[in-house]
Amino acid sequence: MEIKKLTRRFGGLEALQELSLNFQAQKIAAIIGPNGAGKTTLLNAISGLYPADEGEIYFFGQSISQLPPHQIAQLGINRTFQQVQLFPNLNVLENVMVGLHPRTKSGFLSGLFHLPRARAEERWIRKQAEEALAFFGLLTKADWPATSLSMAEQKKVEMARALANEPKLLMLDEPVAGLNLREMEAMAATLLKLKEKGQTIVLVEHNMDLVMSIADWVIVLNHGTKIAEGVPAEVQRNERVIAAYLGSG
Amino acid sequence: MGKNNQTFLFLLAILILIFPWAVGNNYFLMVLNVAALNFIVVIGLNLLMGYAGQISLGQGAFFGLGAYLTAIFTVTLGLPLWPAMGLSLLITALVAYIIGVPTLKLEGHYLVMATLGFNVITYILSIQLEPVTGGPSGFAGIPRLQIGGLILDSDKKMYFLLWAVSLLVFILSLNLIHSRVGRALAALSHNEIVAKCAGIPTENYKIKIFVFSAFLASLAGALYAHYFTFISPGTFSFFYSIQVVTMVLVGGIGSLWGSLCGAILLTVLPELLHPVKEYNVLIYGLILMLVLVFFPRGLLPVLVDTLGKKKV
Repeated sequence: MEIKKLTRRFGGLEALQELSLNFQAQKIAAIIGPNGAGKTTLLNAISGLYPADEGEIYFFGQSISQLPPHQIAQLGINRTFQQVQLFPNLNVLENVMVGLHPRTKSGFLSGLFHLPRARAEERWIRKQAEEALAFFGLLTKADWPATSLSMAEQKKVEMARALANEPKLLMLDEPVAGLNLREMEAMAATLLKLKEKGQTIVLVEHNMDLVMSIADWVIVLNHGTKIAEGVPAEVQRNERVIAAYLGSG
Repeated sequence: MGKNNQTFLFLLAILILIFPWAVGNNYFLMVLNVAALNFIVVIGLNLLMGYAGQISLGQGAFFGLGAYLTAIFTVTLGLPLWPAMGLSLLITALVAYIIGVPTLKLEGHYLVMATLGFNVITYILSIQLEPVTGGPSGFAGIPRLQIGGLILDSDKKMYFLLWAVSLLVFILSLNLIHSRVGRALAALSHNEIVAKCAGIPTENYKIKIFVFSAFLASLAGALYAHYFTFISPGTFSFFYSIQVVTMVLVGGIGSLWGSLCGAILLTVLPELLHPVKEYNVLIYGLILMLVLVFFPRGLLPVLVDTLGKKKV
């Protein structure tokens, strides 16, 4: 994944200004920065929700900056949201099954007539979704209403839904916001386990403890530009970063 | 489809089969036939409203298009019955596609206005195009349906055909909502942005479900034309579109079993209110209002919840 001089404006405000970055495969990259630095805007731009005004986003050599969100998901970029977004009209397992949409293809007619091929595919979807839930230890709650779970569990379901697509890039928007210390530690362990399995992860996070303990690479944004990047220990000592956070910059 | 659904469907089929013997009255059979036609339209509209989060106020127009096209094809052009019907359904679906593509690409409820406008246009056309449609005095002499050598010339014969067709549409639609496409629709009706990010081409699905709902409305319209052998513009006005939206809401938006209740209840209710003569519209309105005030999610979902059973 390579981002070249990406710019996104909202009216007169440049939320992202000629931002250029790289994400490395099979690593955890953390994007940090003060509120309004453009972190979530960057995730939204990569997901295709905000088309780029200028600049390009390349994913495995292909330019994706003008593609609609569903095509970007089909290419293997999946995400979670700052506010957990589950579908309350579907149960836990069905929520994860939605995540398998890009990897399957039964259409309207086979849905109407439940053709044999569609049924076989449905069984496969169910099996994959159950495996994704099992990874998060939530298989026993598969048929619960999605919004009856705790915040931590809902975040896991949302991640399971994103992972069900076997994404090449998993983007997490504040994965530990709203979690208590114990839940946060469990989430950190889960993320490291995913990395071991070869998952590339980009996360936006305010929680420095989490970022410093699990990130391989930290990117610091402020006012839509990159002010520093490096391994966690380096970034922590960077004067511009300290200034941005303390507000004296 | 769940086990529950299969059991209820079986019971429903039996009920439908024995019903004509329970009532000897042909008039009541005719009312139920109209209910079956309405049920077909309401299923399509509920899929659109409850599963794709869009409202159409033009189902009356699609109903009318199905009816008028099949009438013109069989009577004026002399085409054989079944191909004429098939052709009229395809043309209606195509018209819906042409309306749906530009309006459903926009976010928000543009479809309501587009379909409402379309309904008004088709109504005016059906009155003004007198040489083709027969104008305000209607279109008469439409042939009855015929299967093999059997002419469906009685309410009872039509009863079995119409309920068989509506049951088939019902089963297929239950299949649809319990499929990959159904989940995608459920997702996009709740939150389109999240659905898109999960890889669902939401515009594409909204267009497909809208075309499907128009197709079902025109199927009901074509069957209506061949059943009553006479059609006139009033039947397909904007008021019919409102009526089917009401059936969806009273039965329960997003519940196809609710649509069955809504369609039957609101078709039969005006007939049951005949004895109170001039008060019937008043009481009909009052009942609708009470249902929507006390059962805002619709009759069936609330009843099912109170009985403590699983949602259908």
